[in-house]
Amino acid sequence: MDITEDLIERLAQGLQPVKRLRPPVLRASLWLGVIALLAGSFILGFSHLGVFTRRAGDPKLALELTGTLITGILATVAAFELSLPDRPLKWALLPIPSLALWIGSSGYSCWRQWVAHGPDGWQLGESADCFLWIVGFGAPLGVSLFMALRKSHPIDPGPVAAMAGLGVASLAAFLLQFFHPFDVTFIDLGIHLAAIATVIVLARAAARPGLNAAP
Amino acid sequence: MTANGGEDWGRLMAAAQSGDSAAYARLLREILPYVRAIVRRHHAAPDRLEDVLQDVLLTIHRVRNTYDPSRPFTAWLGAIAHRRSVDAIRRKVRIDAVEKFSPIAYETYADPAANKGVAAHEDSAVLTSAIATLPAGQRQAVELLRLKELSLAEASAESGKSIGSLKVNLHRAIHALQKTIRSKADE
Repeated sequence: MDITEDLIERLAQGLQPVKRLRPPVLRASLWLGVIALLAGSFILGFSHLGVFTRRAGDPKLALELTGTLITGILATVAAFELSLPDRPLKWALLPIPSLALWIGSSGYSCWRQWVAHGPDGWQLGESADCFLWIVGFGAPLGVSLFMALRKSHPIDPGPVAAMAGLGVASLAAFLLQFFHPFDVTFIDLGIHLAAIATVIVLARAAARPGLNAAP
Repeated sequence: MTANGGEDWGRLMAAAQSGDSAAYARLLREILPYVRAIVRRHHAAPDRLEDVLQDVLLTIHRVRNTYDPSRPFTAWLGAIAHRRSVDAIRRKVRIDAVEKFSPIAYETYADPAANKGVAAHEDSAVLTSAIATLPAGQRQAVELLRLKELSLAEASAESGKSIGSLKVNLHRAIHALQKTIRSKADE
């Protein structure tokens, strides 16, 4: 008997029923819902909501926050979509407009800060710990998202991991704003982006084993 | 392709997801020409083509829970066949980049002690001891398929084990060996 035919027989003989995966948007919503509950409790318990509400009244910051949150949500949805074999790579473009809004509005705030404060606007703000915050919150969120994505055994795990990394880093950056009572300088923004890039690189490095993809 | 093509295959896969092994066997046999045509675009050599074809079948088996019967089956199948073909090319390029043909590599010494010395020098003692600690089935798969370099069919005939079982044992053994060697290297 030829080897391929033998393989088919063995696969069919040992066949077990499988639970079909639910639609990716639903799976992403469930994951995001659980994270929203946990993050909400954390914010209520530990953040300075008064300071945040005052700052969020500034339309520029509101725009930045919206961009950050939407990037986190859309990148997560894109990760769930891309984890399925028949989804095109263009799903990776989904979070790009909100990412542009986020970086654009942050950059504009930095520029205004620079104009208002001169050379001080370039200095490292009080946010040197932001890098650790984004990576520190991004990592456990990433592990939990990877656990949810593993069920798909992605056949191309790289883009899935990159989207997951962008998603969790953006959500961590959004959470950071509740504990970040000052405007960012260009250097702070650079640190935020470096932290996000670090989470994406870590996620990509862990893609194949982390997502239980075929070797 | 069957008369109704992907639509029939989609129904067969939906039945397979519910555990219908007859539908699954029929589906895997029917899709072979379609998958083979996709794989052939990337791999012309017949033995390589069959290897990749089997890899595609194993991948289909692994990810069969991701098929949604409301979507076209051929798009799902085609994406898997294409991706595994590309992965096989990448694997080959990676292996070719680190493996060099050297006639001297096949030379050995008549005295087993001398071989041991060479092996120790090349750190292969670590590998030898790691292989010795593997469970019997995995050790046998490594010895037959990697050390003796038998084909799957020959190894199956010699061991009395199925090809599928040999493949699984070899896969697990290589994972275990990588882990052991990595931990030794870290020490």
